[in-house]
Amino acid sequence: MTDGLDRRSFLRGGAAAVGGAALGAGGYATWDHVSQQPPPPDLVGRSVEPFRGKRQAGVGTVPQAFATWVAYDLLPGVGREALTRLMRIWTDDIERLTGGRPGLTDSEPELAKVPARLTVTLGYGPGVFTAAGLDRDRPPWLAPLPAFAIDRLEDRWTGGDLVLQICADDRLAVAHAARLLSKEATTFVRTRWTQQGFRASPGATPPGATMRNLMGQVDGTRNPDVRTDAGLIWHDASGPDWLSGGTSMVIRRIAMDLDGWDLVDREGREFTIGRRLADGAPLTGSREHDEPDLGAKDGLGLPVIDMAAHLRRARTADPSARFLRRGYSFHDPGEPAGRQSGLVFVTFQRDVLAQYLPVQQSLAELDLLNRWTIPIGSAVFAIPGGPRSGELLGARLLG
Amino acid sequence: MPRLTWARLAPALAMFLALTACQSSISEPASSTTGDLTMTDAWVKAADSGMTAGFGTLTNTTDHTVTLVSASSPVSPMELHEVVANASGATVMQPKVGGFALPAGSSLTLAPGGEHLMFMTISTPLAPGAEVTFTVRADDDSTWTFTAPVRTFTGAKEDYQSGDSMNGTGDPSNPAPTMTP
Repeated sequence: MTDGLDRRSFLRGGAAAVGGAALGAGGYATWDHVSQQPPPPDLVGRSVEPFRGKRQAGVGTVPQAFATWVAYDLLPGVGREALTRLMRIWTDDIERLTGGRPGLTDSEPELAKVPARLTVTLGYGPGVFTAAGLDRDRPPWLAPLPAFAIDRLEDRWTGGDLVLQICADDRLAVAHAARLLSKEATTFVRTRWTQQGFRASPGATPPGATMRNLMGQVDGTRNPDVRTDAGLIWHDASGPDWLSGGTSMVIRRIAMDLDGWDLVDREGREFTIGRRLADGAPLTGSREHDEPDLGAKDGLGLPVIDMAAHLRRARTADPSARFLRRGYSFHDPGEPAGRQSGLVFVTFQRDVLAQYLPVQQSLAELDLLNRWTIPIGSAVFAIPGGPRSGELLGARLLG
Repeated sequence: MPRLTWARLAPALAMFLALTACQSSISEPASSTTGDLTMTDAWVKAADSGMTAGFGTLTNTTDHTVTLVSASSPVSPMELHEVVANASGATVMQPKVGGFALPAGSSLTLAPGGEHLMFMTISTPLAPGAEVTFTVRADDDSTWTFTAPVRTFTGAKEDYQSGDSMNGTGDPSNPAPTMTP
């Protein structure tokens, strides 16, 4: 046991070191961070993210390199009491795994010892509220998004009663956690869909660098800052207790027609987005984070940033309608042509209807990028507040 | 659909909520000693009926050997079991002769495929996520009571067949028992 305790404190040191490295490089304006300590040699593998707190990890957490989302359907007969038992199992497993310790029944305990900033974020779909007899507590925004003309949604990427977002800087940690948590839940749920995504690996790009998607674009430049814009993302104590420190998660699977995109030259690609490919700077600026000048005209009197450019259509004039994007690329060669590459577009916002929906409607109505992107999956989940000390995940809803 | 009656489970749930974490809770030993017998990472394999087993790590922090000779639970008669190879090389599960002896300061890990606490015939379904209480007894009549969470587990050929002879670790072709959700 002494060994275990030592290991855990060392792991905590690792997490601190990651945050410290990020701060030292002056990046990560957008994401959470922690204080500085000297890094151990296997920094990435040993690093841990805290599990308990007022908010669940995996939202404001600096995005890890790899993510898997598993959506589940509840089995018939699973109600509030059974859901509580499932929460007891998952809370214990997640607390152990994210701390670098094996699950209680772990058949591969060694795989748990490299957590690599593992986080597991629990979300409830509308079905949980119905199954638990808590429909009156279901927020109005917790429902499928309305159908958009651009959608080509497939059942196999859409909906779900429950979701686990599993993220880590090592894919083995993600795969192990996904398997253990699913295996422990087989009497409560069946898997509805699984999506996997990736971003830049740790150390591959400078800390705080905006990710690039598979179309080559810098993607996610204008993201809220999780510290200064927390009110855009999380609910506070003024609402229902279970949602205090909670948020909502939209998961859209966006397939990219990369073969079609190949036919577009660089100029056409930059025109489509309204940003330069090289550095993500708006076509009216010189650096990525320059404010775009939406009124700027070229020599012919035409807008420099086209009226239908993605940048323009994705912007909201209402600062309270912004939301946090935490997407990952996917590349699944086993999928049909035209469905192999894309983006698992994941957003967190306090209110789906007030924040996500207006922007999504704007993009669905007009966006040059729509010619090469196809939404094929869609799901909305409520993310309960984080587990406080001694508390089960979701306990403040399920009672 | 669920064959478990929730009313029957409610006391177990209430008991769980009273605990601070998903760890074993420990009662006072019957005899006054320095140190104690503790159990960490305890869990019991879910089952609807018949046999099942409990696992975890026992640690003896007393200054003398603790020899556990029996176990009991409100939900089942219990035995202390080991898994050994017989003369023909097959592994067999059998009661541990002399019980589990833990020298002062030592730990004993009970795990699937090894030594374990056997629930011989459960009287109520043990649903995943529920909790089970059991008591172990030493040769000097000291007792310790632990509470362990119930978990789904299909590994290590832990397929116990109710009413079967214990001369085998279970038939892997035997499907896992149907489980209460």
